[in-house]
Amino acid sequence: MSSSSFRLFQFAAPARFYGLAGALIPWCWAAFAVLAAIGLWMGLFVAPTDATQGDAYRIIFIHVPAAWMSMLLYLVMAFWAAIGWAFNARLASMTARAIAPTGAMFTFLALWTGALWGRPTWGTWWVWDARLTSELILLFLYAGFLSLVSAIDDPRRADRAGALLAIVGSINVPIIYFSVKWWNTLHQGATISATAAPKMASTMLTAMLLMTLAFWAYAFAVVFTRARAIVLERDRHAGWAQASARPARSATATGMQT
Amino acid sequence: MSGPFAAILARDLRLAARRRADALLPIAFFTVAISLFPLGVGPEPQTLRQIAPGVVWVAALLAAMLSVTQLYAGDLADGSLEQMLVASGPGTLDKLGLVLAKAAAHWLVTGLPLVIVAPLFGLMFDMRGEAIASLALTLALGTPVLSLLGGLGAALTLGLRSGAALLILLIVPLCIPALIFGAGAVAAIDAGQSARGHYSLLGAFLIFTALVAPPATAAALRIATE
Repeated sequence: MSSSSFRLFQFAAPARFYGLAGALIPWCWAAFAVLAAIGLWMGLFVAPTDATQGDAYRIIFIHVPAAWMSMLLYLVMAFWAAIGWAFNARLASMTARAIAPTGAMFTFLALWTGALWGRPTWGTWWVWDARLTSELILLFLYAGFLSLVSAIDDPRRADRAGALLAIVGSINVPIIYFSVKWWNTLHQGATISATAAPKMASTMLTAMLLMTLAFWAYAFAVVFTRARAIVLERDRHAGWAQASARPARSATATGMQT
Repeated sequence: MSGPFAAILARDLRLAARRRADALLPIAFFTVAISLFPLGVGPEPQTLRQIAPGVVWVAALLAAMLSVTQLYAGDLADGSLEQMLVASGPGTLDKLGLVLAKAAAHWLVTGLPLVIVAPLFGLMFDMRGEAIASLALTLALGTPVLSLLGGLGAALTLGLRSGAALLILLIVPLCIPALIFGAGAVAAIDAGQSARGHYSLLGAFLIFTALVAPPATAAALRIATE
């Protein structure tokens, strides 16, 4: 397919994207700071203490948004990787690669906060619950994508192989989830369940939504930053990239002299 | 269609027969890996009987993953893979057929022997006859899944440094449903329940994999060789 039909997306040109993303990053950080401050304040001080779990439940305001982001970002990554592969859109592939580490970080954060939450409420750091296990497998899928694209030196091949893996992974995620769920119900009489959450006060829900939006803003800021670095690295021989990198280079040079 | 398919299959089987030590390595790995578990866990028959299905299945999965790394590597090294991919016209095989023939050859060389020797380990782990039969049946249904998915991993990691370790990281998460239903069926039989649901789901996963993995593998081969 010719690239002319994609003129519509004028920011798909790496040079334009570089400028736009650079302009948006401070706003994303600002949105993250404001939303996270309000969300944490509501979650930690306004939301009522839980009757059964005490204050330990308050980690939910990090845990649940992180888990949502981890799953969403995998799909977003697979989507952009597929677009990049199907339409030979370089920027889409670069975006997919920029999303992967953030998605893996959120997956790890969800697992870690889950363990910290499980210790006081369930009395154990880890149970082989369907949700926990699928989240762990999701972390493996992220790790597989990251190591595959970093193992291939040719960026074109790396993008395409990564896209294929991400697509196959996203087809498999529901199968894995349901098989793990069934395995779990067969193997252990689950005395503790992550699904039996108490009814939520509206302040809790608001705080959780605010934290989710904050994580969105964070993800945008970090992904834009990383994508800008990838764009600059891949287009390093292009005139625009050398022109935009020059001030930064001279700044580091003076920084090293002092 | 069956002509070139059979030719590729026969060629791979002949290659395996000429390097018998290589072809026997997965079985040797399987045997050694399984034998480690009683040494590590302890020789109590009750414990062994309980962990046997999982142990045999995990060992089979790892044996398949270790052996599948070489599926396309030799053909890539001597250039025949490229010839097979660009070949067209009557008497040649399209990419899908090639992928299926290679997966079938891998299954016949590694999967089928695992199915045959698994009952022996069932006896060593003090399993009942019914459970042993179920173990062989689930391995017969499940090992083709491992060959198909392993072929995808082999195509994705073709010619890469540390491709073998990478393949395990990429493909093992995708094989988890086969492990769950395979080992689950045997555990269900052991517990005196019906394993029909497990067999059906394992069969469904095999059909699904047979539909999805070969086109993905063909695409991966194209990506790796262009």
